[in-house]
Amino acid sequence: MDVKQFFRTLSEASGISGYEQEVAEPIKEACLWADEIRTDKLGNVIMLKKGQGAKGRPKIMLAAHMDEIGLIITKIEKDGFLRFSTVGGFDQRVLLGQEVIVHGKAQLTGIIGAKPPHVQTQGEQNQAVKLEDLFIDVGYDTVGQVQELVRIGDLATIKREVVDLQGSLMAGKAFDDRAGVAAIFECFKVLTELKHEADVYGVATVQEEVGLRGAVTSTYGIVPDLGIAIDVGFGDQPGLPESDTIKLSQGPGVAIGPHVHPKVYERMVETAKEWNINYSVDPSPSPGGTDAYAIQVTRAGVATILLSIPLRYMHTPIETLDYEDVKRTGKLMALFIAGLDNEFVEGLTCF
Amino acid sequence: MKTVIQRLTEAFGPSGFETEVTDLIKTMVKDHVDEIRTDVMGNLIAIKRGQENGKTIMFAAHTDEIGVIVTHIDDQGFLRFSNVGGVGISTLVGNRVRFASGAIGVIYQEKGDWKELNLDKLYIDLGADNKEEAQKLVSVGEFGIFHREFTDLGNRLIAKSMDDRVGCAVLVEALKKLEKPLNTLYFVFTTQEEVGLRGARTSAYGLEPDLGIALDVTLTGDMPEARRMEVSLGKGAAIKVKDSSLLVHPKVKELLIDLAEKNSIPYQMEVLDAGGTDAGAIHLTKAGIPSGAISIPTRYVHSPSEMVDVRDVQACVDLVVALAGTDLGGVV
Amino acid sequence: MLLARLTEVCGAPGQEGEVRDLIRSEIAPHADEIKTDALGNLLAIKNANAPGPRVMLAAHMDEVALMIVGIESNGYLKFRPIGGVDPRVLVAKTVVVGSKKVNGVIGSKPIHLQRPEERQRALTIQELLIDIGAKSKEEAERLVKLGDIAYFTTKYEEFGHNKVKAKALDDRVGCALAIRLFQEEVTFPLIAAFTVQEEVGLRGAGVAAYQIEPDIALILEGTTASDVPETKEHKHATSVGKGPAITVMDRATIPHPPLVRELFRIAKEENIPVQVRRTNTGGTDAGRIQLTKEGAKVATIAVPCRYIHSPVSVMSQDDFDGVYQLVKNYLRRLQEREG
Repeated sequence: MDVKQFFRTLSEASGISGYEQEVAEPIKEACLWADEIRTDKLGNVIMLKKGQGAKGRPKIMLAAHMDEIGLIITKIEKDGFLRFSTVGGFDQRVLLGQEVIVHGKAQLTGIIGAKPPHVQTQGEQNQAVKLEDLFIDVGYDTVGQVQELVRIGDLATIKREVVDLQGSLMAGKAFDDRAGVAAIFECFKVLTELKHEADVYGVATVQEEVGLRGAVTSTYGIVPDLGIAIDVGFGDQPGLPESDTIKLSQGPGVAIGPHVHPKVYERMVETAKEWNINYSVDPSPSPGGTDAYAIQVTRAGVATILLSIPLRYMHTPIETLDYEDVKRTGKLMALFIAGLDNEFVEGLTCF
Repeated sequence: MKTVIQRLTEAFGPSGFETEVTDLIKTMVKDHVDEIRTDVMGNLIAIKRGQENGKTIMFAAHTDEIGVIVTHIDDQGFLRFSNVGGVGISTLVGNRVRFASGAIGVIYQEKGDWKELNLDKLYIDLGADNKEEAQKLVSVGEFGIFHREFTDLGNRLIAKSMDDRVGCAVLVEALKKLEKPLNTLYFVFTTQEEVGLRGARTSAYGLEPDLGIALDVTLTGDMPEARRMEVSLGKGAAIKVKDSSLLVHPKVKELLIDLAEKNSIPYQMEVLDAGGTDAGAIHLTKAGIPSGAISIPTRYVHSPSEMVDVRDVQACVDLVVALAGTDLGGVV
Repeated sequence: MLLARLTEVCGAPGQEGEVRDLIRSEIAPHADEIKTDALGNLLAIKNANAPGPRVMLAAHMDEVALMIVGIESNGYLKFRPIGGVDPRVLVAKTVVVGSKKVNGVIGSKPIHLQRPEERQRALTIQELLIDIGAKSKEEAERLVKLGDIAYFTTKYEEFGHNKVKAKALDDRVGCALAIRLFQEEVTFPLIAAFTVQEEVGLRGAGVAAYQIEPDIALILEGTTASDVPETKEHKHATSVGKGPAITVMDRATIPHPPLVRELFRIAKEENIPVQVRRTNTGGTDAGRIQLTKEGAKVATIAVPCRYIHSPVSVMSQDDFDGVYQLVKNYLRRLQEREG
């Protein structure tokens, strides 16, 4: 299976936090490597690839979130224009002039507009347009026509096809964190050619962008011995200091900080060195903001680590990454998992 | 129902000290339920057993209200205080507070610019001559509430702590109407919502329902130059889509809409940008509990004069009753 | 002295090893069982299966510190705080960095070369660097790795009238108290939990409470004291020397009111001066413990400390003793009632 091609499909699917169904279905269909697939009550997709070890096998959870940030309709104006708010953190400056899909009774094409520049004052032109002043134009002329198709609380996503840049770089929407889901697939693919004792639970989590919610409940249900969160990290780009970013095309960032178990970090780095997989050390003094943070404090505590795929222009519709980094991340996880046994996992609670 | 709302809103119950409210509710509902108890956090849990093929639903309305905590008593007997829950500074000057002892005081400000007003510049005057006299009425660390009587305007009602005694009232009224519901119902009158959805969290853990529904107030956008929000007073029960604590499970949202449509219960959709409800805590309990919220549209939330429309309250009661008898197969 | 040794070992959030090892060696002789978990919480347990309430004493092991996030081409180290640190307290302090405990200083531009207006402005964390004396990136990289921690180097010292100055009084005072109080003769289950990662969001405590399932939890803390000049009396959160500070509300919790009332009553009966912690800001492990599973009765009792989250904090030994006496009396009464 061509995971890269699948990743394009995922990126172009719509799945705002809380409404991940359209992304969940293709994930379930495409995951050929799992022995069991289930969906839990909040919608997390849990794909289990069983290990070859004897009963009492270690349980490893891989978590990447499938939800994306998006827009939610808050008001239908008298002339049929739609006002909206956001689900998850959007920079409102990237919204003006975007094409969107409004998910009403039908899928409607819309354009995000604002008062045109030539009717704005000089002062207004120097300011970013505020979120509350933006609207979606769905091309109907009366409020009645719109009300038949759209209800308050309906969602809208950015319409964007994946673009190939030079080399293996790609740009598109919702790479955060469908790239992580692709990395889990790449990991499963490699794992089929390796022996591994541990049961591996690949989880496409929901509602990460609104507060790591899917990871909270899925971890509670799985009760893993070790959790690996795969998310995107700030890639190097103009205007960002080197110490706050990880370099594109240099493999995943391996986080070190309070949300990372020291022994898991050591083993991950050793694995990368042993197999010549590039990685960057990613110091994280303020944990939070990824599923690792939620997984770690579930029940009686879980040893966790965070791998970050370098990504430029995060939370915009032109998120950019190097697909080779996704593959490297998957391969690193697979080799790490293949090296795990009960003894290592039991050692994780011995400090 | 108006009497129930009046009695509930005039009770004393800052976060953490809700006993007066839970005791009152207990007297109102004890004859209508199969079991009633409180837990470590002070939540009042009233259980109405359903039929064997039913599911379990937790309905949560919080009993606590915002208020103040006394941080200092000076030599003249003036109190300094801090907030309990989200207190708007603009609602305070000239407002009155009441303490558990019954002592009442007025809040006023030091001299200075309105724009720079903050809690440190406000004080409470109990009418005491000196520190000793004030100490007979209150002590440092004591909690108080905003003091205001209930007012009946006809369809509209004004009171303090409509947030969320009106939600409690909805549950009390629904309980009275329910005979032998299909589903087993946990009516949880929760504590400490205003300081972080705390009571709902521990009670949901213990009950582990199939479905969680919060009954709470929501903001409206139908006042002069108000926030851009589609909820209005008098247009029915508000079915929540999202707030900052919760994205309502799509199937739960659709179910509530269907029920409202089928039973001709007036409803409106609610998208709230800020604020959360107990459902936010419930849905993240254990391995996850599909959850939603039915909201009572309320103007001037977190002021001492919160306004609701009794017709909306009735619509919420009807929706709760309808849900209690609905087969949840395929939803949870 | 135990408190001196506790404050002079190092333990950033997530890297509490030195503190944990010291506590383990101190408490092991008194415990039936010692456990650690996947986050590194240390649990000392006695009378695990005995009847009576399960009582948890909790103190956090971690302290605020600095994490190395970059090594500059000239050998200087870039860092970020781990936990809440006011960058203004960092200027011109000494630190030790990494497992090799390399000495370093946090430098700033000499006053002679500053423009007058520059001096008015607080230095930001981005402008501060640690100088370990390395001449190049390569030399620095031989001594320090990304993710290493830099710690303050303050020595423990008793001074003034019964005062102590040290780093990390928040919360090594709690650790020292929990170690001593754990030695009380009781027959009910008693668990001392030394938690991790409190300073980055009360991370360890919930995980510990999940395993312990306490009925009652007493959180022993070092809390902020603001009884200093230019602070109005009504803004003093706590005052050094006026006894244990009992929390009635903070951002994370409203401690169990009946338990709080009982503590005040005991203090009165035993003539232990106590104070109400007079601010509702800040949060302690109590917030997580209270809401674990179906909930627990919690109270937070703290030693007031000036200048917490800085290289040097100050407390009164009388307050420290006051917390010890108060909790000891609580445990004894509980033993009489429930034992």
